[in-house]
Amino acid sequence: MSDAGAGVVIVGAGHAGGSAAAMLRQAGYDGPLTILGDEPILPYQRPPLSKAWLKGEADAESLALRPDSFYTENHIKVRLGERVQSISRSAQLVTLASGETVPYDALIIATGARARLLTIPGSDLDGVQPLRSAADAEQLKKALGPGKRLAVVGGGYIGLEAAASARALGAEAVVIEAQPRILGRSSHESLALFYTDYHRGKGVEIILDASIEAFEGKDGHVTGVRLSDGIVVPCDHVVVGVGVIPNDDLARDAGLETANGVVVDLDARTADPAIYAIGDVSHRPLPGYGRMFRLESVANALEQARQAAYHIVGKPAPAPEVTWNWSDQYDLKYQLAGMPFDVDRVLVRGDPASGKFAVFHLNGDRIQAVESVNAPAEFMGGKLLIGSRKPVDLAKLADTTVSMKEVAAS
Amino acid sequence: MAKITYVEHNGKEHVLDVKTGLSVMEGAVKNNIPGIDADCGGACACATCHVYVDEAWLDKTGDKSAMEESMLDFAENVEPNSRLSCQIKVTDALDGLRVTMPESQH
Repeated sequence: MSDAGAGVVIVGAGHAGGSAAAMLRQAGYDGPLTILGDEPILPYQRPPLSKAWLKGEADAESLALRPDSFYTENHIKVRLGERVQSISRSAQLVTLASGETVPYDALIIATGARARLLTIPGSDLDGVQPLRSAADAEQLKKALGPGKRLAVVGGGYIGLEAAASARALGAEAVVIEAQPRILGRSSHESLALFYTDYHRGKGVEIILDASIEAFEGKDGHVTGVRLSDGIVVPCDHVVVGVGVIPNDDLARDAGLETANGVVVDLDARTADPAIYAIGDVSHRPLPGYGRMFRLESVANALEQARQAAYHIVGKPAPAPEVTWNWSDQYDLKYQLAGMPFDVDRVLVRGDPASGKFAVFHLNGDRIQAVESVNAPAEFMGGKLLIGSRKPVDLAKLADTTVSMKEVAAS
Repeated sequence: MAKITYVEHNGKEHVLDVKTGLSVMEGAVKNNIPGIDADCGGACACATCHVYVDEAWLDKTGDKSAMEESMLDFAENVEPNSRLSCQIKVTDALDGLRVTMPESQH
């Protein structure tokens, strides 16, 4: 690739896009580098938006992925508030909403995902919002405080974090979940039970098996959530946390293969040798699991940013990483390593009642994934064993008197 | 404000004035110092902000929490003076602190 040409263009200024730019410079890429982002602010971290930032424990400055000076010092041109309308692969250029075209030698699609919205009556009332962007979080923070009541639609990690943060800010919170249990998409049942009890103990109301019919409002602002059994759950504000949709339309319209995300290889490259896709928007191979999947995590964004950067500068591919994620609620640290695919048994290490335990998802005597609560050794040891694919002595794994260090070494 | 010296694994030194209240990790990341990844942004969830604290400063940087201890236990090339830099809050008492980065955080 010529350094003097159009250079690398990154579409999307999120965690993935911002990191890709930084990693390209770190890897020695010295050609032109442009980030096109549709949000009005420089790349920032999303995870704190439902956690530390929402609770007021982190300021705006601490959200920034890099300080402003980073981009000027590293000759990274960041164009904010710019939405890319289309990609012309034959001409190797993207067209902005304004009609302006931006040429590329290599294109990195890092457009992320958008919150899934509900279309039931009242969804457009003031006070009904997703929680995805800094602007969303600002809006939510203003609505929380003593005397306020937050309704969370969807018992996933984002929603539960919002509920926990609402409690920390003195607001009441109610979580409304359509399934018979929370965390159905992401976690083992023992974790769902544990978190349900813990939230209830903190004064959060959790309503399961609930089908939502409408949001009710007064003077244009939400006042309650009406369930199909006729019950109206009163509230001052609503966070809808029912998953995300990858922003892969741009790629699909350009004729690139998509399958719940843009299909890429282990260099984060699409079938077009000049186009990469990274982060939440990509559908990627998962080494060790023999399948393709779309991950939603910082760890994935960083890993693929590195893959794309290395490939663009011609460095050998980085070693595959074990995917991981985390969630902070109250004084509980949840950590996940690996993915619970092809699991034939589950082993719980430690007693959930103690507030410190881990759930190991196994295939035979190999660990596929571990979910830990306030058990970092189980997370770290499990992650190591998932990466090495080493068989594990299950009797030792189940025995908390045997340290994770010893389990990992045996 | 505290003057902190960050030493890359290759020996390159960066001397910075870091605002009190920030973590030692944030001091590095905000000033574009390579060698501290901090993938989780300071949540003590990933162990990619590992540093070695100069022996003379071990007392002043305080004790490791059980959480930090367990995370470090599984990081690479851990030494008795290893810390997760996101867990060291910068105070005036840390003026002059010196930390060294490991070869890799991954």
